[in-house]
Amino acid sequence: MSTPDFAKHGLLISPIENGTVIDHIKSGEALNVLRILGITGTTDKSLSIATNVQSSISEKKDIVKISNMELSKDDVNKIALIAPNATINIIRNYCVIEKIGVKIPDLLMGVIICSNPGCISNSNEPIDSKFEVVDGNLHCLYCDNIISSDIANHII
Amino acid sequence: MRHIISIKDFGRDEIDALLEKAAKIQKLGSYKRTLEGKLVALLFFEPSTRTRMSFTSALARLGGDPITVDSVEGSSISKGETLADTVRVVSSYVDAIVLRHPKEGAALLASEFASVPVINAGDGAGQHPSQTLLDLFTIKENMPLDGIDVGLLGDLRYGRTAHSLSYALSNYDVRLHTIAPKSLEMPAGHMSELKKRGVEVIEHQGLEEVINDLDVLYATRIQRERFPDSASYSRVANTYRITPDTLKDVRENLILLHPLPRAGEISPEVDALPYAKYFRQAQNGIPVRMAMLEEVML
Repeated sequence: MSTPDFAKHGLLISPIENGTVIDHIKSGEALNVLRILGITGTTDKSLSIATNVQSSISEKKDIVKISNMELSKDDVNKIALIAPNATINIIRNYCVIEKIGVKIPDLLMGVIICSNPGCISNSNEPIDSKFEVVDGNLHCLYCDNIISSDIANHII
Repeated sequence: MRHIISIKDFGRDEIDALLEKAAKIQKLGSYKRTLEGKLVALLFFEPSTRTRMSFTSALARLGGDPITVDSVEGSSISKGETLADTVRVVSSYVDAIVLRHPKEGAALLASEFASVPVINAGDGAGQHPSQTLLDLFTIKENMPLDGIDVGLLGDLRYGRTAHSLSYALSNYDVRLHTIAPKSLEMPAGHMSELKKRGVEVIEHQGLEEVINDLDVLYATRIQRERFPDSASYSRVANTYRITPDTLKDVRENLILLHPLPRAGEISPEVDALPYAKYFRQAQNGIPVRMAMLEEVML
């Protein structure tokens, strides 16, 4: 039996026809990326996940490929919070038609749950949570609470 | 439209201007009825005696009239109405809203939905700008706001008055001393923001370490209502008690402030000493709140 092309070229996971490839995810964060995109074990999407693979820019990285799904701006913002060096490639007909570098926005609306139970944004009010990003920490503009660690667990 | 939500929204010039305005009002003695015909909703969804009465008094002295809600039970919030809806509706009845609420950030939310000015009269463990302004006013009555050592004592973790005051003082050249038990220290985020603002902050646990080096000692109550259970409250409840003996070697110009109510932090024998300025501080709430009401409504 002949060796498949992708294996010859050292590809760990096969190319996708349409969808999104999220590359250069910080090693160990691939499953968190899926979680914040709302993708669970019961998904019907076709997924490929590679963890701890060799990277040219950092020692190790994770890669996620999702067929037939293109990410929204909100999704990109969320990914930026936990994988600030990630690149997002939108694939159509096996070709990269758009390459997006993630960038943590200055203001995050409705993306983070405030960890302060006394914060008004955790009440039944018709508002989105509102955080400004300062030096990689998240500052709640309603209650002044600062979230500096475990950010993945606060993403809505 | 001008709201007063957080002391952090004020620069030094704005604070100085408001304090000057309050000083003028106080000097006048009898007050002009500048808010005659104006209605103000005092929405107090959390217990408060001083702040509510002080705003009511300030408003009455300016000729305005209050409409008061003084509990959640007495409002449609108990029927599940959101604060956003409440302020939208109340905005159409009045010329300004003064809000006290147990949730942090409530005043900011109210300002986003109200069509009249909102003054924050305290939101949870968050901001209490009118208290801070009257604290500054009282300090300024006694000494310049620059070049002083200020000690913040007690519950610095949950105490919104200490949080607000420390932010306000960051506009001036002060040295801040925090004095609190380990479990009630100033939150790390707050400390780093103060340091970022260039304030020299020195942390202490014992009052005796620093009291003789202070110009202002701002004592706060250890707030039973902010603790998850009575055991954790009991562990720190009586950490500090200021008596005449505590004050025997302090600087001559020291002033002792407290936002009140007190719960044993300052013994009644201290009241007669020249350092005790906390009742004067409460009294200063009137001209300061008059200045604030005029600021947002005229």
